[in-house]
Amino acid sequence: MEIPYTIETRPDTGLYNAKLGIWLFLASEVMLFGGLFSAYVLLRVGAEHGMWPHGWLNVTLGTVNTLLLALSAITTLLAWAACKVRDFTKFKIFHACTILLALTFLGIKSYEYHDKLIHYEIKLNNGTFADGHMVEESKDFDLAKKTGTVTLHGRVVADEKELMDLRAPAAQSAKLDEVTVAATDIKSMGNYGPRHNTFTAIYFTLTGLHALHILGGTIVIFYFWAFGGAMWKTDPERFTNRIEVSGLFWHFVDLVWIFLFPVLYLT
Amino acid sequence: MESNVQQFPPFREASAPPAHDDHAGHEHTEHHEPNFWQKYIFSSDHKVIGIQYGFMSLCFMLFGFFLMLLMRWQIAHPGVPVPVLGPLLEKILGQPAAHGAISADLYNSFGAMHGTIMVFLGVVPLAFAAFGNYVVPLMIGAPDMCFPRINMASFHAFFLGGVVMLVSFFIPGGAAQAGWTSYSPLATTIPTNGQAFWLVGMVLLITSSLLGAVNFIATIIQLRAPGMTWMRLPWFVWAQFVTAFILLLAFPPLEAAGVLQLMDNVAHTSFFLPTGLAIGGQLADRSGGGSPLLWQHLFWFLGHPEVYVLILPAMGIVIEVIANNTRKPIWGYKSLVYSVLFVGFLSFIVWAHHMYLTGMGQKIATFFQATTMMISVPSVIILTCMFLSLWGGSIRINTPMLFALGFLPMFGIGGLTGLPLGLAAADLYLHDTYYIIAHFHYVVAPGTIFALFAGVYFWFPKMTGRKMNEFWGRVHFWCSLAFMNIVFMPMFAQGIKGMLRRMSDGAVNYSAARVPGAIDALPGSVMQLNGVILWAAICLGIAQIPFIINLFWSINHGEKVGTNPWRATTLDWQTPTPPPHGNFEHTPHVVRGPYEYSAPGHAEDFTPQDEPVSPSAPLTPTAHH
Repeated sequence: MEIPYTIETRPDTGLYNAKLGIWLFLASEVMLFGGLFSAYVLLRVGAEHGMWPHGWLNVTLGTVNTLLLALSAITTLLAWAACKVRDFTKFKIFHACTILLALTFLGIKSYEYHDKLIHYEIKLNNGTFADGHMVEESKDFDLAKKTGTVTLHGRVVADEKELMDLRAPAAQSAKLDEVTVAATDIKSMGNYGPRHNTFTAIYFTLTGLHALHILGGTIVIFYFWAFGGAMWKTDPERFTNRIEVSGLFWHFVDLVWIFLFPVLYLT
Repeated sequence: MESNVQQFPPFREASAPPAHDDHAGHEHTEHHEPNFWQKYIFSSDHKVIGIQYGFMSLCFMLFGFFLMLLMRWQIAHPGVPVPVLGPLLEKILGQPAAHGAISADLYNSFGAMHGTIMVFLGVVPLAFAAFGNYVVPLMIGAPDMCFPRINMASFHAFFLGGVVMLVSFFIPGGAAQAGWTSYSPLATTIPTNGQAFWLVGMVLLITSSLLGAVNFIATIIQLRAPGMTWMRLPWFVWAQFVTAFILLLAFPPLEAAGVLQLMDNVAHTSFFLPTGLAIGGQLADRSGGGSPLLWQHLFWFLGHPEVYVLILPAMGIVIEVIANNTRKPIWGYKSLVYSVLFVGFLSFIVWAHHMYLTGMGQKIATFFQATTMMISVPSVIILTCMFLSLWGGSIRINTPMLFALGFLPMFGIGGLTGLPLGLAAADLYLHDTYYIIAHFHYVVAPGTIFALFAGVYFWFPKMTGRKMNEFWGRVHFWCSLAFMNIVFMPMFAQGIKGMLRRMSDGAVNYSAARVPGAIDALPGSVMQLNGVILWAAICLGIAQIPFIINLFWSINHGEKVGTNPWRATTLDWQTPTPPPHGNFEHTPHVVRGPYEYSAPGHAEDFTPQDEPVSPSAPLTPTAHH
């Protein structure tokens, strides 16, 4: 006995197996990201007053990335439609676009990560904070041995809270300059990596996990795009189903970003 | 009569040739014979995967049992070198087991790993993955699972997860020590990478469960044979269906929590670490701002539904065995179906009853107290249906039935002693004592594990074509029943007297007991119970030897039986034994419900689900012979 409904649909459910499978998988994905978004909500609600960052992320880049993914959702749909009308050339073109859009998204995301990882906050012995992007460390800079200097492009503030809301008028009008600090003045120093505070922690975790999903989806789509020709010739309906199922996953990943963008960038 | 039944033709379509056991593998002849690796390691056949899961999980269960024995020794004789196993422990684990005695750290890691192994590597894989994989496709008349290769990947993820868990014993610092619940900040601040291993292992096990759950649900929805309507499903399939949904939806939040805790441990974030956390009197070098309660919420959002993952498949097995051995329809089939759906739904909104003592607030506690009381209603309905099914039956006593009958009072004790824990006021007193240990072990050990034993004895003939030895099966049952109760019953008394759990040296309980007339000291009789429990646990271990020998010996030497030795109605018994690749040669057509036992007007006292309904049908059971 062969496994039924691998390609054709079961009459009483109207689904083929893989389509039901991917929807179930997406249900579990909803719970995964649901758990993480709940964590975000609880951490944010529990944050000390004035200590939750605003305006730390580049809204322009975020918007561009949102548009890229929205566009890739369209090309994914068109690629599936091309399969449905049995036009393999069009399928190739549309999914090539999808892959390029996804890679551009990941490129921009990497740039944003890099921007955070070279952004340092230095706690000085006099109680103030130097904050900005790393320009250079002097050759003999060593925090443990207290030698050398470090230069940031940024500013010095008296209270850490001033660094939190970058949309506040004071922060908007602040002048950014090169700040050079001697190692002897430094109490502690760290970049805006995940451990910096709960915002960067949840930002890196949520977008990192999302980027992994993008990467996984791209690999799958690339596999069908590059090596799907053989199955297309022998069993186009099955191939079309694969494109539909991977497309459903892709739409879900886009949708997660639609939630991530306002939650992290706009609030 | 008996021999007639054993030669029952497995297929009843008019066109079906009479098939016999020795023809079972004939359709393989045109394929090349798979080699050992293809057949046993990289098989995508649901039956092989089910047996793989079953074998691995039984091994893990035995391993978890040995961890427990070592802990029981430490509880009865704190700091005294372990006899027999002590030198071996020192050789394997080194410093933490110096002089063959169990250090506090080692005790903690044994505690954490006993829970983890028993739940995630023992009972769930056996109850859900092993029995589910082997039996569900057969019961619904499907050739295999929906996604055979994903099924294989699921087993491999499970295997890898188990390896990661076991390897963590040998890393510097040892395995995870923060309990199977891994509460933060403890889980992040203990100086061992064991917790990171635990988390990676859990992510693999969760992945395995998710792949399995998707597969089970899709299989049950898509691959039911013609005529197998929802209300004709054997209740075991319903139980597995709800279990799969619980795994599908409850595990991901734990995966989320696991990722966050992994970030805490590896990337030094502070998701679960509060501001101002001090470790060993030193302010921790952490940003703070996180929430320890968040971990507990995310953990128990899985942790409580997990209880039903443990119990529902077990209940499913018990229902099948009871229906088969009372020779009459199960009482209240529809009530059972709606109850299990209701349990599945409610299990998602009771989790915080594990957190009454965390200071999460009275109002939240009240809500969860109400839902907890509610969930006992469908559970009691299920248990009541099981009891009422016995009423008026001519009960056939055999090993599976004994274990199924043993399940009823044992699960009853476990369930009823849970009620005081669900009430916040009583829980304040009983929380973190041995009362809790006794309660959930009654649910899982003599409860679920007894049902799993019933399942092993029940479906063994389907897997091998031979029965397990009945006499040694009964020895196994009666000894297990006696020693299980001697192990766990005293813990209720200890807990009510205030003996704390998770203590490697008995802590204040033991030190106070040494001072004459100390307030809150445990009475001597309660202290002596530790010795009783230790020896009962050792005897419980010995009582498993007949089972282990019986299991392996019967594969080749058990009494040979036909395709349907229990004279059962469900489709899993209407295939050749053992079922070939693809299970059924022709799609079975289901025409009736799953428990048509002793139907009036039939020659036999059972009517298989796919036996043609018309009395004028050319094939009746005896017409073939």
